[in-house]
Amino acid sequence: MGEVTARPDVRPAARPAGPWRTAMGQLARNRPAMAAAGFFALIVAACLCAPLYANGIAHTDPFRSAVSGTTVVGGRTVPVLTPSTTGLGLGVTPIGPTWDPAHYFLGADNQGRDVMARLLYGGRNSLFIGLISAVLCCLAAAVLGIVAGYAGGWLDAVISRVLDVVWAFPVYLLAICLSVVLLTNGLRLGPLTVRPGSLWVPIAIIAAVYVPYVARPLRGQVIALRNREYILAAIGSGAPVTRVMHREVVPNVLPTVLVFVPLMTALNMLTESALSFLSVGVQAPDASWGTIINDGLGLLYTRPAVTIAPGLLIALTAAALNVLGDGVRDALDPGARLRGGVV
Amino acid sequence: MPRSATRTVLVTGTAALALLATACSSSGDGGTANSTSTASTSTSGAPAAFQSAHKGGTLHLVAKSAAGSLDPQVNYTLQYWQLYQGMYDGLLAFKKVGGQASFTVVPDLAESMPKVTNDGKTYTFTLRKGIKFSNGKALTTDDVVASFERVFTVSSPTAGSFYNGIVGADACLKKPAGCTLPKGVVGDAAAGTVTINLTAADPEFPYKLAVPHASIVPKGSTAKDAGTTPLPGTGAYKAASYDPNKALKLVRNPYFKEWSREAQPQGYPDEIDETFGLTVEAEVTAVENGQADWVFDAPPADRLNEIGTKYASQVHVSPLTAMWYLTLNVNQAPFNNLKARQAINWAVDRSAAVRLYGGTNLAQPVCTVLPPGFPGHTDTCDYTKGGGATWKAPDLAKAKALVKASGTAGQEVGIVVQDDEVNKSTGEYLQSLLTQLGYKATLKPLSANIQFTYIQNTKNKVQLALTSWYQDYPAASDFLNVLLSCGSFHAGSDSSINIAGFCDKTVDAQMQDALTTERTDMTAANTKWGAVDQAVMAKSPLVPLFTPKLVDFTSTRVGNYQFSKQFYMIVDQLWVK
Repeated sequence: MGEVTARPDVRPAARPAGPWRTAMGQLARNRPAMAAAGFFALIVAACLCAPLYANGIAHTDPFRSAVSGTTVVGGRTVPVLTPSTTGLGLGVTPIGPTWDPAHYFLGADNQGRDVMARLLYGGRNSLFIGLISAVLCCLAAAVLGIVAGYAGGWLDAVISRVLDVVWAFPVYLLAICLSVVLLTNGLRLGPLTVRPGSLWVPIAIIAAVYVPYVARPLRGQVIALRNREYILAAIGSGAPVTRVMHREVVPNVLPTVLVFVPLMTALNMLTESALSFLSVGVQAPDASWGTIINDGLGLLYTRPAVTIAPGLLIALTAAALNVLGDGVRDALDPGARLRGGVV
Repeated sequence: MPRSATRTVLVTGTAALALLATACSSSGDGGTANSTSTASTSTSGAPAAFQSAHKGGTLHLVAKSAAGSLDPQVNYTLQYWQLYQGMYDGLLAFKKVGGQASFTVVPDLAESMPKVTNDGKTYTFTLRKGIKFSNGKALTTDDVVASFERVFTVSSPTAGSFYNGIVGADACLKKPAGCTLPKGVVGDAAAGTVTINLTAADPEFPYKLAVPHASIVPKGSTAKDAGTTPLPGTGAYKAASYDPNKALKLVRNPYFKEWSREAQPQGYPDEIDETFGLTVEAEVTAVENGQADWVFDAPPADRLNEIGTKYASQVHVSPLTAMWYLTLNVNQAPFNNLKARQAINWAVDRSAAVRLYGGTNLAQPVCTVLPPGFPGHTDTCDYTKGGGATWKAPDLAKAKALVKASGTAGQEVGIVVQDDEVNKSTGEYLQSLLTQLGYKATLKPLSANIQFTYIQNTKNKVQLALTSWYQDYPAASDFLNVLLSCGSFHAGSDSSINIAGFCDKTVDAQMQDALTTERTDMTAANTKWGAVDQAVMAKSPLVPLFTPKLVDFTSTRVGNYQFSKQFYMIVDQLWVK
């Protein structure tokens, strides 16, 4: 036998890109998703700069009432809440948008607070609650879905029935009921204590009420995986459960969970806004986009910007997260598009 | 109306009857800021003659919600007290005219003002003849006796405060069922007289006989709250139907014949309906569009400028004898500390509260419990920057120093407010202010239906609440004695109108002294009430914010608007034709 030598004109095949890199590449080529991600990043960056705007530019405390305050418009000092001077002189109207970043850019609310500064601070809370509750929800749902789907039997029955019970309640009704109780008494679970009025109250509630909506499809996916040949082979070869989970099940479920995160963030942000609008979410003096809409409700006729601005931000941010979520789904689970969706 | 003129009405004379007679001669005042209203009250305070050309039509009123029971001896709301003026009568009535004369008490079902004997403890009335209830039954002395007993059997909200001085009332208050007042209210059918005996002279008793809880209803009326079932009355109108979820409809009482134009004038509209369920925004729009004639609820803050500008001729602004105030629970930390309470009084910017209410044309900052112009009121202000007789500005530095000195900084304070726009925004302002002072303040907006009873019950441990008080009748005691006496504080009860839980023996003795003095010398008594007011403010159990004005918004077709200072707009005297 002669010696085998490599032909200089034949190169070894390039190592194929991993599934994550492939997905990222696919996501990067998805223009709508990238535009949505860019917009979302812009919103996040703006909200993170809230203290910079409030302290460095507007020089205002967005959480302190300034009912008797004044500001400068066109070089003149004017009251932030302006008494009517026409007709019978009834009513007091907050100053409208001045388009001057240093002086009530988007006007004032009925407490004489800078709407722009409150929008930025409110955005921080809305996004924080939306994102953290989505992550917590997906984590809890993943654990429950994987355990129920993989273990089967009585454990699956118990977990599934508990999820069914939660599912049976209308989401908003359940969230409002829990909010009313927790906002009055706070939450105490062993060493875990959440003060009434804390941001963690809406986070915990919103995360909890959506768990069944994520856990059930994950459980279905795990049941399907459980009967795949390579998993049966792994179990048959005596691999411990933890190894099967770690090496086979979790990596297959993880893309689905990741697809859920942006979609649930959008959904949770909308839920937070609804709860805050109903005064059972973020509590004053904290702000969120939902509380700002509530603040503006009494000013719809005179200062609609107080309501429209946070409403627009909620709509645009939710749309951006949904488009991004679709992009992530297309990238991580191309088959889902053919099947018509993730769930 | 100048402040001094009000005093003339209420302080002249040495007894209640003399006081009332004097009041008749005070000048009339439409009470409206808007000159376009058509007051049909003569300058002497006498009602104008009926103008039959304007008789007829249906007056459409709108209100956000119904006001509960239709029973005149149970309901305690302005919403229905206004309507009761045309539906029910008592032995006496407040004059149904606009302006200051509306504080005057005149004979209604009684032929004349009562004969007062026995050192002011016995009132004898002679009933008018020929008056019938809306069910056709003739009014008798038995009905009068039964009505006063019914005040106790139905546990009327004021049974224990207004009518507890009637002989036998004590027993009825203890055991309302089957209440009889054989020595307290005595009817003589043959003579057509009713005699009311009191345990002690009460110069304010005529006022108490002129409010709806003293309405005369037929003997045999249900011994329980009549609820949505209308009770027959003697007034110009009767309730034809009442569904608290939909509407209340009043039609003419077929048995009514006008006996006293100043006590119970015949009304102009043939029908009056009040529809429930619209939002206040929608109510205002309905009046703008001519779909309704009057909005019961206060117009929303962001519509005030619009209606005051575009619909100025339809807007009527009237000053009220009322007070918006904060109660500071003197039995609950941190406000069981005098310095902490005084700090709040120094810190609160009354101008801010006025702005949030609708501006200086709708409210006036106050420093005292008795509203400006009210009997006993004196212009003093203990808590204003730089001192002075009237409020100028808050002193935040002094307030912060007092909080520090009280050692209460950092404590949690719950602020309980109603959940409507004005109350909530005032609550938010207070929360911000308390945070500035170093407290951990939380805001608790509650539905208007429950907030007022919630803050009264000590079990709820309310520390600070925003509320308001509108006079029942024009006497200083109706503010100071009712709101701040030991007798008005009932721990654990939903009916503890002394919300601050203030009970100071020295101040209470001062109040009793003023009440005693009222029997003989009203001028001296009012001076004493002024001193009580100052003594109360030194202890700071409450923070007076402002005295409000009322905005009535009527449709273009409505005429003859008259504002009674006692019961506000006289509904059945409006023209819709």
